Amino acid sequence: MAFSQRDEQPRNSSAAHEWPRIGDYAIIGDCRSAALVANTGAIEWLCWPRFDSPSIFAAILDRDRGGTWKVSPRATDILRTQREYIAESNVLRTTFECRTGIVALTDLMPVSSERGKRSVLTPDHEVLRQVECLAGEVDMQIHFEPRLHYGAGSPRLKRVGAVGISFVCGDGVYYLRSSVPLELHSDTATAAWTMRRGDTAQFCFTYGEESPVVIPPLGDWSRKRIEESTLWWCQWASKAEYDGPYRDVIVRSGLALKLLSYAPSGAIVAAATTSLPEQLGGSLNWDYRYCWLRDASLTIRALLGLGYRAEASSFIEWMLTATRLTQPRLNILYTLFGSESTREQTLPHLSGYRDSRPVRIGNAAQHQLQLDVYGEVLDAIAQYAFHGGTFARSTQRLLVEIGKHVASNWDQPDQGIWEPREHPQAHTHSRVLCWVALDRLISLCKKGHVKDVPLDDFCRERERIARQVHERAWNPALNSYTSTLDGQDLDASLLLMAYYGFESADSDRMRATYAAIRQTLRANDHLIYRYRSGPDEGAFGICSFWEVDYLALGGGTVEHAQRLFEDILQYKNDVSLYAEEIDPRNGNALGNFPQAFTHIGLISAALSITERLKGQKQLAHREEGAGEKAA
Amino acid sequence: MNWHSWMFWGFVSTLLMTTMEAGAQAVRLTRVDFPFMIGTVFTTDRDRAKIYGFLAHVLNGWAFSLLYVLAFESWHAASWWRGALIGAVHALFVLLVVMSIMPGIHPRMASEQSGPTATRQLEPPGWFGLNYGIRTPISVFLSHIVFGAVLGAFYHLR
Repeated sequence: MAFSQRDEQPRNSSAAHEWPRIGDYAIIGDCRSAALVANTGAIEWLCWPRFDSPSIFAAILDRDRGGTWKVSPRATDILRTQREYIAESNVLRTTFECRTGIVALTDLMPVSSERGKRSVLTPDHEVLRQVECLAGEVDMQIHFEPRLHYGAGSPRLKRVGAVGISFVCGDGVYYLRSSVPLELHSDTATAAWTMRRGDTAQFCFTYGEESPVVIPPLGDWSRKRIEESTLWWCQWASKAEYDGPYRDVIVRSGLALKLLSYAPSGAIVAAATTSLPEQLGGSLNWDYRYCWLRDASLTIRALLGLGYRAEASSFIEWMLTATRLTQPRLNILYTLFGSESTREQTLPHLSGYRDSRPVRIGNAAQHQLQLDVYGEVLDAIAQYAFHGGTFARSTQRLLVEIGKHVASNWDQPDQGIWEPREHPQAHTHSRVLCWVALDRLISLCKKGHVKDVPLDDFCRERERIARQVHERAWNPALNSYTSTLDGQDLDASLLLMAYYGFESADSDRMRATYAAIRQTLRANDHLIYRYRSGPDEGAFGICSFWEVDYLALGGGTVEHAQRLFEDILQYKNDVSLYAEEIDPRNGNALGNFPQAFTHIGLISAALSITERLKGQKQLAHREEGAGEKAA
Repeated sequence: MNWHSWMFWGFVSTLLMTTMEAGAQAVRLTRVDFPFMIGTVFTTDRDRAKIYGFLAHVLNGWAFSLLYVLAFESWHAASWWRGALIGAVHALFVLLVVMSIMPGIHPRMASEQSGPTATRQLEPPGWFGLNYGIRTPISVFLSHIVFGAVLGAFYHLR
């Protein structure tokens, strides 16, 4: 691990206005909420009590109004910064090499087992920070500036004796404890002090809605919490059943995925943030703190592929429960507990990341029609069943109802996987995924997992869809499948036709389509765009991993797949995290961060390569591959 | 003294007070969860603490209703306003005395003087219970006044 030079910023603006790059953030979390920590030592994004709650720190979206909590050496003293997660955990360690010494900042949101929670009282929500001086003498500073409800207001901080500094917001109460005396202003708390080799300072920030809230002590207690949390994450990571050449990156992606999961319901949010731009200074800024059903198939493949059956089971359970109010119709996204997301609104008082306006909360895409979600959900269900999962009769009936809904509606135009806010079209990917939905139900019926499936009807509709795609989505002039029926444009989702088993990866048509995609969507030597018809944006992270997946599934040689995979790995940040997109010109992350979809794609691609290297049966979510995996 | 009437109406008014306290928390009048606060005297398990605390709270309320009834008997009169009056005094006692000594008697509660320790980590109530929300006194007064008023209205003197 090498020291990296700090990002050069224009020095004419005040320090408070310097924007870290999106990749300069790392994430900490407790499977309920998450915080983004910049490599400057500042927490610039935190929403409590849930991922989709209003923020308490949001400097990532507005340097002046968002709110931040910085613990760091004086900026002018820092020579180099180095970051890592401690072992296979989500406990972050940032080391600052300064002119006069070295300090290490440890950041985490403590976690513990259910058994551990019963044996000691722990805060509902907590961020714990510890600074240790490793060498020399370093002048440190803390700047604690919480801001309420996405920077809309300032809290009134008050000192509660020796308990700490507290403030109230909405339904809950926040406490800040510090081992360093803090100077209290009306809405900020600050301190400046000097640390010498061997010195330690600790800070904890808690939130609770039910009094008396738990306020942990610092000192040995906090040190123990750091050790226990690190151990908890490491034990979770050690359960990964992956035995291949990419264990480090695959486990790190698994840890990111686990961190983005919401333990009380089993949901997995698409990302921890809202409105980080897909285009700097642009308006492609969306709230991703919800759960997209489109991620279902690849999520289950990643979780089952790594042996995380409990997490897969929780996710399936969440999916079946969350969609209950709309079944057999499926929305494209749900909240952590399955309700509709809040109405999409813009927050005009926030500048947005590097002036990328507007900042949005809520997501209006929830009302779109995207027929592909049916295939993604039923493919996930099929994978789960073929790995030993079973379903109650009521669930089986529900699955059949979903199938009937697909059989009756697959021919409609929709917004498609990329959810453009434009008029609906007949998307090839949506058609293929409707084919997948019926195909998986037929497989589930044949394997005895689902009863009372109208096989004749489903087989007939499946064939109709296949015929339509083969006849109208293939463009002989382009020698490629196209994004829409009778269309001219290509998009990267066509690569998934092989993953879902609609076309063999090594078929002439898929090879030709791949060649056309490489030519049309090429962003640089390694990355591809998702499409070229929309506004300018970065290369889409998961699409490049789909390319690897396609090659590993037979579209190319395994060496080609490995080479490309390893090239794409170069674009991860220093703590192995990916955003939604990558700027192909400079490799900078773009879009919401970290993005579960990208990490899921990474895991799937690595699994496909490893399966191919080992000569294992691939695509266990399909009927013919089921037996071996299930056994 | 009418023991049957005390047992029944003492129990009913205690349940009503407990329900009102939970309701006050639900409508965000206060953050305080009395069953949790009392239950953590016995256990660190949050779920069990709420069950133990609920049972202890009901028994406690039932026992306190005996004092109300003794007051009615000594006055040879029971009415809703007499009960409400005792309830108001009771609430004042809880807010002024019980809340202030709570960090000293609760084995897991921190004090504002010494802060949290490894064994004492629960937020202290502060003066008048204001650490648990600025409207906490309102909810405590309301629940105790209703408790006394119901008991006074329905308790039958022997």
